Parts: sequence; C-alpha cells; structure tokens
Amino acid sequence: MAKGKEAAQEAGKDQTLASFSDEKQEASRATGQEEKQAAKQKEAAPSMPIAHELAKKQRDIGVGEFFARNKHLLGFDNPRKALLTVVKEAVDNALDACEEAVILPDISVQLIDMGNERFRVIVEDNGPGIVKQQVPKIFAKLLYGSKFHSRKQQRGQQGIGISAAVMYGQLTTGRPAKIRSKIGKDHLAYVCELHINTQQNKPEIVQEEEKEWSKEHGTRIEIDLEGSYQKGQQSVDEYLKHTAVVNPHVMIVYVSPKAEQLIFPRVTEQFPKQAMEIKPHPHGTELGTLMAMLHDTQFTTLQQFLQNEFSRISPAVAKEVCENARILPKTKPQDVSREDAERIAKAFQETKIMAPPTDCLSPITQELLEKGLKKEVNAEFYAAVTRDPVVYKGNPFQVEVALAYGGDQPKDKQAKLMRFANRVPLLYQQGACATSKAVAGTNWKAYGLQQSGSNLPVGPLTIVVHLASVWVPFTSESKEAIADYEDIGKEIKLALQEAGRQLQRYVHKKTKVHLQLERANIFERYIPEVANALKRLTGEDEDALVEGLKAMVKKEKIQETIDTMQAVNAEYDEDWARIGKDDSEGPEEGDGSGKEENGTADGEGDGNGLGSAPKKAAKGKKRD
Amino acid sequence: MAKADKAGGKTERPKPDGPAGKLVAIGEHVTQQIREGESPTIELTVRSLSNVVYDEDTQKLGVGDKTSERSFFNVAHAKKFLQTLEVAAIAKSLLDIGKHASLRDVFYMAKRTIPHTKVNVVDEQTESDKAIEDLEILTGSTREQLNINANKMGSVAGNVVIEDAGDMIDWSKLGSGGWSIPSNVESITFRKVSAKYVLYMEKAAVWERLHEDKFWLKQNCIIMSSQGQSTRGVRRLLQRLSTEHKLPIYVLTDNDPWGIYIYSVLKYGSISLAHMSDELAISDVRYLGVTSDDVERYKLERHYIKLTDKDLARLEQMANYDWFKDHAEWQRQFKLMKKAGAKVEIQSLSSRGITFISDVYLPEKIRKQEFID
Repeated sequence: MAKGKEAAQEAGKDQTLASFSDEKQEASRATGQEEKQAAKQKEAAPSMPIAHELAKKQRDIGVGEFFARNKHLLGFDNPRKALLTVVKEAVDNALDACEEAVILPDISVQLIDMGNERFRVIVEDNGPGIVKQQVPKIFAKLLYGSKFHSRKQQRGQQGIGISAAVMYGQLTTGRPAKIRSKIGKDHLAYVCELHINTQQNKPEIVQEEEKEWSKEHGTRIEIDLEGSYQKGQQSVDEYLKHTAVVNPHVMIVYVSPKAEQLIFPRVTEQFPKQAMEIKPHPHGTELGTLMAMLHDTQFTTLQQFLQNEFSRISPAVAKEVCENARILPKTKPQDVSREDAERIAKAFQETKIMAPPTDCLSPITQELLEKGLKKEVNAEFYAAVTRDPVVYKGNPFQVEVALAYGGDQPKDKQAKLMRFANRVPLLYQQGACATSKAVAGTNWKAYGLQQSGSNLPVGPLTIVVHLASVWVPFTSESKEAIADYEDIGKEIKLALQEAGRQLQRYVHKKTKVHLQLERANIFERYIPEVANALKRLTGEDEDALVEGLKAMVKKEKIQETIDTMQAVNAEYDEDWARIGKDDSEGPEEGDGSGKEENGTADGEGDGNGLGSAPKKAAKGKKRD
Repeated sequence: MAKADKAGGKTERPKPDGPAGKLVAIGEHVTQQIREGESPTIELTVRSLSNVVYDEDTQKLGVGDKTSERSFFNVAHAKKFLQTLEVAAIAKSLLDIGKHASLRDVFYMAKRTIPHTKVNVVDEQTESDKAIEDLEILTGSTREQLNINANKMGSVAGNVVIEDAGDMIDWSKLGSGGWSIPSNVESITFRKVSAKYVLYMEKAAVWERLHEDKFWLKQNCIIMSSQGQSTRGVRRLLQRLSTEHKLPIYVLTDNDPWGIYIYSVLKYGSISLAHMSDELAISDVRYLGVTSDDVERYKLERHYIKLTDKDLARLEQMANYDWFKDHAEWQRQFKLMKKAGAKVEIQSLSSRGITFISDVYLPEKIRKQEFID
C-alpha cells in the first residue's frame, strides 16, 4: 500500500532519477493500476498491514516434509508402485555398492505379506558394508550420499531413494527401518533401527547395537510399509527379472509375498566393464555449480583448480581459459567474484577443450543384450546395436538397442518396449520417456511394420533401449522416465534405425520368399486343371503335363530357404518369460488388471506402462 | 506338327478343320512349350482402348497390332490362362458333338471348385465371357462359329416378314411382346421389308410405349430395342437391315454419356469387340436424340439429373475418343452437357403427355431430318 503511493509520487517525479535504484525502478513501473488496488485494500483491511499477518505463517519447509507430502515425486503414488519403489531403491543401492567394491553381487529380496495391506521388504547384499557412523545418514537423511557429486555411471544419483523408502515406510506404518551392516571379517555387524525426523531431515536412532553376523560383509535393510502386491506388468517380479536380464553378473534370490522362491542365477562370472568416475567437464558446468566449486575447492590457485577439478583441462588449456576470461591464473579461487566466474564460464565455451572421456561408461554390450532378450522373447529374428559413446552437455552417454521380431509375438498389437537406464529397468511413465518418443518418432513402416502417426509401431516386435550415462536426466526423482533431451533422443533414434535396417533386411527377405512360396502354391493348384484342359484339347498325356509343369515351380527350393531363415532360439526359457507377465491367481488379476489399476491411480494415466502411449495418442486424435 | 509328334511319341490323329482345328492348335502350342521346359505362354492381341484404332475412311474401330503375353507362371495371369484353356476345351467339345450352348451354359460348364482348394475355375460369368472373347481373337472365329450363343435380348416390331428355321414370322403380328431377337441372326432371311426406317432405342420401356401407340404402323418403320447396351444379335440384325435393305437407322437414348456410347458402339464398333467391327459396326446410324438442344426446345431442364463424378469422367473420356475428338457436333453436345452438369432421360418427354413422344417428338424430328450423323 505504502509502496503504491510512493510509486505514484515517484512516477510523477523525474524518471531518470528513479532509474538509479533497482527498487525504485521497479516501483515506478507499478503505476495507476496498483494504486487502485491499494485503495480497495485500504477500505477492506484494518490498519495493520496484511503482510505482517502473512509473515507469521511463513517459515522453513523441511525437505523431508516436502517429500512426505509429495510422495508421488519419489515414486510412491499408489500402494502397488510404492512396494516396487522400495524394492527398487534397496536393490539399486545394493548393486551399486557391490560394483563399487568389485564384488559379484549376491542379492536376496524377500517380501512378506503381513496382512492389512502391509508388507515387509528385506533386501540383503554381500557388498562392502557401511561404516557405523554413516549408516543413519545414508538410510535416514534425504539428499545425503556419495553419488550426487560424482560423475559415474551408476544406478543411484541423488541420495534420495533409499531414505525416501525408509520415510515412506515410517509414514505408512510408523515403524522404523532396521539396518544391519558389516564391513569385514574381523568386525561385528552394526545393527540399528532408524526414524527420519521429516521436519529437520535428520536421522533418529531408535535403537542400536553391535553383534555377530555370519556374513563376512554386506548390508541388510528391512522396511515395513503399506503396499499392494500383484504380479504381471510393472510388478516387483518383472523388475527383478529385467534387472537380471541386463545384469548377467548378478544373482538374485527372490521370495515373493506368496512365499514362492525365484532364483535368477548368475549368467556370467565376468564382471562388467568397470564404470569410471569422471570429473565434471567444463562444457556441462553451469555458473552456479562453478561458483560452488570455486568456493569449496582445496586448491589455492585458479590454474590448479581448473586443472584438477575438471576433466580435460591441461595446464595449457587452464592458462588459455584464464586468458580468455581475463583473470590471472594465480588468483585464489575463493576470491573469484560472480562477474569473474561468469567470464570463466564464458571462457569455457570459447576455449577449445577436448570432449570428456567416454571410456568411463559400462554398456551391457550387444551380445549380452541379445542373449537376455532371447531368454525373454521367442522370436525368429534378433538384432542388437551398441552405439559409440557420445557427449551431451559435458556428460558422456551411450545408447544400446535390441530388437526381437516375429515368433510367438502378437502381430496386431503395439510393439513391446523395454526401457533401461544405467542397467535399471524403467517400468512406469513409458509415455513420458525419451525412449518411447524416439521409438514413436522412428519410421517403422520403412522396416516392414505398421505404424499410424507418431505411435509405437504395431507388429510382432519387442524393443529394448538402454541408456548408460554418468548422469541420466530423469523427468522426476522417481526415476521412471528419461527426459527428452534432443541429443539423447537423436542418439536413440540412430540406434533404432541401425537395428531397424537389420530388421528390414530380414523382413524383406522373409516377405520375398513367402511371396515366392505363395506363388508356387497358386501355380500348383492350377496345374492339374491346366493339364486336364490340355488333355481335352489335344489328347496329350495328363500326368506328363502335370510333371512337366511341376518341375518348373521349384517349390522345394523355396521351402528350403524359408527353413534356413528361421532362427533357432535355444536361449528361450518359457518359465522365465512368464515371470512378471501373467498371474496364476485368476483372470481379474492378469496383466490387464495391473494396467488398469495403475492407470487410474496415476491420475493422468501416463504412468500406465504399455497402455499409456496408445491412450495418449487417442486423446490427441480427438483434439485434432 | 511332325516334330511335336516325335517328341510325344504319338501316332497322328485326324486333325479337325475350321474353328475346332484352331482351338486344338492353341492347346498344342502350350503342350509343346511344356515339353520343352519353356514357361507356357499364349500371345493375345490387346483388347483395350490402347490397341483400338479408328479408321477414318471406313468410320470403324479396328484392332491394332499390340499383343500381350498371358503366361501361366505369372500370378496375375495364371487363372486367366487356365480359364482360356478350359473354355477352349469346352468349345471344342461343343463343336465335336455339334451342339450350341449359351454364354451362361459355358459359364456353368467351366465353373467348379479345384479339388482340395477353395478356388473356382471361374467365379463369375464375365470371366468365361472374357475367355470366349479371347478365343474369338485367337481363332479368328466368332463365338457363334464356336457354337456359343448369347442370350436372347431385345424386341422388334414393324412391317417386316422373315423366315427363321423354316417358320415365316410377321413382325407386325406378334402381340404386345414383339419378336424377340435371337443371339444368332445369320440364318434368318428377310421375305418382305416394307418399313422405311429403323428406330432403335436404349430403353425397353420406351419401346413398349411406342409399340402400344402403334408408332411403327403410323410411321411405317421398325422399332427395336434391347435393354441397355445392344447385344450382338441386335447389332447384327441392324447391320443386315442397313446393308441388305438400305434402311436408315435412328437411335434414341438418354441424354447422358452412357446413352451416347450405345450409339457409338452401333456406329463405330465397340472397344472390346473391335476385332469384329466389320460384322457389327453400321456406318449408316444416326443419333436422333435426346440431344441437349431437345432439352432446351422441349423445356426438359426441370427433369435434369445431376451428373455424378463417374458420369463426368466418362464424358471426358468419350470426348477424347479418336472418333469423337474431331467431330464438331458431338464436341458441341459434350460441352453443352458438361455446362448443364446434368443428364436427361428419354422418358422425361412424357411430362409433355404420355403420347408426346410418338405423336410429336419423333415424327417432328424425323420429318425435319434432325439428327447427328
């Protein structure tokens, strides 16, 4: 109100004067309209300014509080998805820990149905364990962890996941999470029960002790939560199976809430190529990050800071950056002002700097991708493509794609898409994912499939897309869909096209020989009739005519070609393929119902895995 | 022939002459190809507009020298190839036993399901009809010479007496139905022709109108009709009346592209039977109506029926036919019809009174000799 009056006065005065101060300038912009409003408020409000009233309510929002209220951001939208998310976070963490310590992972996952829609999730690994002091923070403090600041291809990224799982369990059951961790043979296991103080985002130790554990090393977490278990698509079963497919070096023993034990055995003893941590690349570093790094660095000169905190900055490049930024290389990093930092950021772009190393990534590899797919889908043709790594905004990433065509797959349904990011299966939000957009944006008609508009292709096809990166841009914290950045989408498309061309060659050849066979069949049908008519016309021997004509059809040769084209798939495992697909419980719990439940629970229906794309497309059409 | 026999190791059989011999020759050509491991192929003269030649001197359509191959080992040809041979075998059997069959008979003789399949040798009569037309070209004989006759279609009445199969028939004394024209009129003899001209009309209904009005008696003419496109029997009869008795022939059709084409076929020959124009085309045919000028004169505009897209396409096509392309009067008619965007039926004349057509319209047009030639 006061501001309004002032503004009016200021506006009347010399404009040039007003423009000296930012505040005044702003005020001067608010003219007559604000004055009117102010006058109205004057009539309605008592003498005390409302702002003071409002100020009483304004206070800090705890990050824990925020996420407690926005559970969907973390993947806890509905009970079924919540159960999956808890398992997923625990397993992802376990795998990351094992791989970091170069231990072939043995993971045990146990779900216990406690009744009343409550479940106990127990995940145990043979990883390196966690030192006692870190346990509470890792499991019961949001945004705490080692991974956020490191640039390395790994499953976890933010330091939210597992603590969010603990928090969700606490919110729905009031029970603490039980953690047990042992770091070596000669140590006792540290066992504790943890709560999260959501207001302050702090761990609270309910109970702790140290005791014997038969395991040499490893970590075990137990969380009680409200959830719902259902087999079929987007289930824990499917998630674990797909995890096993793309992590052939992992063994998972899974006990479902129905007390069935499923063992996903280790397929290879060979450890996947070690993912390396890399320093940030100057091209992907934003100003704020740069300023924070300048502030926190241990190094004493700008030159040293640049050389040591970034990848691909040699002494010569560091000097060039300083020169381009017009700052002395000897400057203390902490003394670099905002303006200076901005010039450095600009200099980063102007200076020629090598792209970041790409050997830090660990792809699944063409061979294993195809092998995994063969186990899952009984098709007649397989193709896999691993692209060379590329760089997006200073982040190396690599795309892999595999296709399975024909065989048992339905011909009249949309192609099935299996998505993975850093070896983690993505089961929800398919419609919002860059991978689906890339698949839909690829012209599959050219490869012999049907496709209407920008939808997934229709035909007997399963598509696998894997994105490996030191930083996967997910659309949300629940890490269900990859954000549609142009460079990533482009790279996925290129991979799809490469695999698509292989498919095209196959489909083309197949169509050709089948056409030949069809023609041969047509001719064979007519041959006796033609021979008969000729006999009636000329008196010629009918059988000789039939033989003569049949010899010209060459049907045997065509059939032979067809037989050799069919791929023999020895890898296919029917029982395996069924996991995460059907539900023996009854028809209403089949994969159809799984879709439906999630579709409605997700509100917009975009979390609805496979069903989402066609649904969205239909909406779009109506609008047209 | 000797060569074929050597290869087949057979004794010489007596060769039939005439059309039958020609049918056998087709079969022998194919069996020889099979014996020599060659893809069985029959060469056919193309029977489409692209191979129809208009001879300006004779004013008749003829067949060009374009040929096409019908090959058994071609998916698009295989069935037609079979149908050609099947119908050839049927025709040969008819000639062998000396019996005649109708087009429909031939269709049923050829129609059967190939064992162990769901495929029929022929599914529709048009298929066997086409095969017969192909055989006409291959053998150089008419279907009547192959002992195949079309159905009777068409009526005639007038002051004419003919002799057919030993019977004397007076076309003026055949009641309300008139004489129905057989498919083969070669064997009839004209005994007495006192009529002065022939009026041929597209619509049987109009023929009945004129017959009821005794138009042929009042005008001393012959009235003739066959529903829709004229049959070969009708065309042949018209040609004989034109050539043997020098009767002028007037044509009355709807004022639409299809009606005008009926006239075109009578006068110049048809595209599909261009090879038989000599027997069928009649240069002395005139188009009486209904013309676009009649529409104006008799105020028939209110009976306009809008031209469909198909009508318009046909109109366009006809305007480009060689025999109409440079015909000024027809081009004018086509333009008028296109401009009106509508067609008119003969029967619309009835709006001026039921006997208007026989009392006024036709006598006036014929008296004034108002026609398109």
